[in-house]
Amino acid sequence: MTALLEVQDLRVTFGGTAAVRGASLAVRKGETHCLVGESGCGKSVTSLAIMGLLARGGQREASALRFAGQEIGGLDERAMSRLRGDRMAMIFQEPMTSLNPAYTVGSQMTEVLRRHRGATRAQAVDRAAELLGRVGITAPGLRLGQFPHQLSGGLRQRVMIAMALMCDPELLIADEPTTALDVTVQAQILRLLAGLQRDLGLGILLITHDLGVVARIADRVSVMYAGEVVESAPTAELFAHPRHPYTRGLLACVPVPGKVKRGDPLGSIPGVVPRIPPGFAGCAFRDRCDYAHAACTGPIPRHQAGPGHEVLCTLDLAA
Amino acid sequence: MVRFILRRFTVAILVALTVLTLSFLLTRLSGDLAISIAGPNATQQDVELIRQAYGLNRPLAQQYFDWLLRAVQGDFGESYFFKDRVANLIAHRLPITLTLGLVGLALALVVALPLGIIAAVREGSYVDRGVMLVALVGQAMPSFWLGLILMVVLGLNLGWLPISGTGGWEYYVMPGIVLSFSAIPSLMRLTRSGMIEALSSDYIRTARAKGLSRLSILVKHGFRNAAIPVVSIAAVQLGFMLGGSIVIETVFAMHGVGYLAWESISKNDFPVVQAVILVLALIYIALTLLADLLNAVLDPRLRTS
Repeated sequence: MTALLEVQDLRVTFGGTAAVRGASLAVRKGETHCLVGESGCGKSVTSLAIMGLLARGGQREASALRFAGQEIGGLDERAMSRLRGDRMAMIFQEPMTSLNPAYTVGSQMTEVLRRHRGATRAQAVDRAAELLGRVGITAPGLRLGQFPHQLSGGLRQRVMIAMALMCDPELLIADEPTTALDVTVQAQILRLLAGLQRDLGLGILLITHDLGVVARIADRVSVMYAGEVVESAPTAELFAHPRHPYTRGLLACVPVPGKVKRGDPLGSIPGVVPRIPPGFAGCAFRDRCDYAHAACTGPIPRHQAGPGHEVLCTLDLAA
Repeated sequence: MVRFILRRFTVAILVALTVLTLSFLLTRLSGDLAISIAGPNATQQDVELIRQAYGLNRPLAQQYFDWLLRAVQGDFGESYFFKDRVANLIAHRLPITLTLGLVGLALALVVALPLGIIAAVREGSYVDRGVMLVALVGQAMPSFWLGLILMVVLGLNLGWLPISGTGGWEYYVMPGIVLSFSAIPSLMRLTRSGMIEALSSDYIRTARAKGLSRLSILVKHGFRNAAIPVVSIAAVQLGFMLGGSIVIETVFAMHGVGYLAWESISKNDFPVVQAVILVLALIYIALTLLADLLNAVLDPRLRTS
């Protein structure tokens, strides 16, 4: 099966500072792919770079950036804007500020369909109401006429999701969509995304730092560290047989009922994600890694640790 | 929303009453009006006659309430110098000043909004710096001086426009340009900073993620939010311009309310002075009220909370 989204060796720099250093990942049609990692590891920048939404000063380079078989790395802003919102959509971490305070929910939703499909106002309103119902919003007619400040955070994120679905996209990139919401609402939003993915055959790239979310929703996981994807595997495989020391550290930080006894200390990874100076070579995790050795300052091989399981490490740690 | 309007309206009325009282008291503070009206060669008897004729011998409080009661009905008394009803004088002159103010504001908006938007979109570029330099120069330039320069260049040297006086549209061009110059810097800076803030906001990122056109992103989503403070400042600027037209109208000899104010102050025609101050202040108060209401119209968070 060919990949819906294929990213190879993505590099993003902001004025000489590298934020993403050769990240590769692929999202297949109808698959939920989770990108996990600590704050500052380059997850969000990766997702914005894919959409061509980097902030001013961000430089993007990639040996391949393909969407549905088409190379989109060289597309100009006008061509990209034709794809965005139509075939690839995105939702963000900040539901409180991501909607324009000056326009109603209806106005902001309908403009997507009118822009990409040339729909009439009435058609667009019908579609918007249908999708608000689809994401579990009651009284869609009322909500369409309301302004963002009249809605709660959970409702706004549902509106964002419904808005992203206006043109039936093939790919949905969700950048920590539940981080700003309280726990019960988080669960609702995740269930909603999983349901949409199943019903609409959407490919989802979900950025998160929450391994609980990953376990519940992901088909495949890529672990990011300091701007690189250090390990990528099907979800069950990754949780059962983590190979990269960083992945193991991350998993050790999560309390699992039944496995962790009361009073036992939880795992943690000492230190923080380092700033990577230009010309840095070797493994960026080596200063925090228990297994570090001389070879970690040299080129790091990417090797297969099983079917669909790739690790960026000098060691081949056994499961 | 109704409460918001009522509150603003009450404040506006209180401010108007304060201005009314101040304009009455200030004219009385400038000395004995009967003496100054009578002139330097008048006898004691003349002064006494004038005092009685104009009712200046009554207690101050009585004069005040008399004047207030009539002013509220639109009767400002009679001018000492022009021998006409003050209300008539102002009714003849006000359209000239209002036209001049609106021309000035329109010119200012036409220049300031596009330049502010362009400067924000190209923040830090040479265009941006050039625009900010223009703003600085505009802010630093005294308006009477700019008026004289324009008269020399456009009026005398090129002969394109009449140098001074009151008449058709061509008489409004130069004073309008001069007047607009005082408003352009603040409007432009405000547009620029509002746009910079709007363009770096999350909802602009959303608009881009939706694949909207550049025009829609900049104007519909960006400027719509940046415009909210600009609209209130524009309304207040118009108030400043109407007040500031005293200088411009004098320089260009336009017979508007500003020129009337200058004439009546120099002639000690205090019913006219009081009335002009009051009318300009009322317009200013009305414009501020209008700015508040426009804000509520533009910002749904104000309107629906």
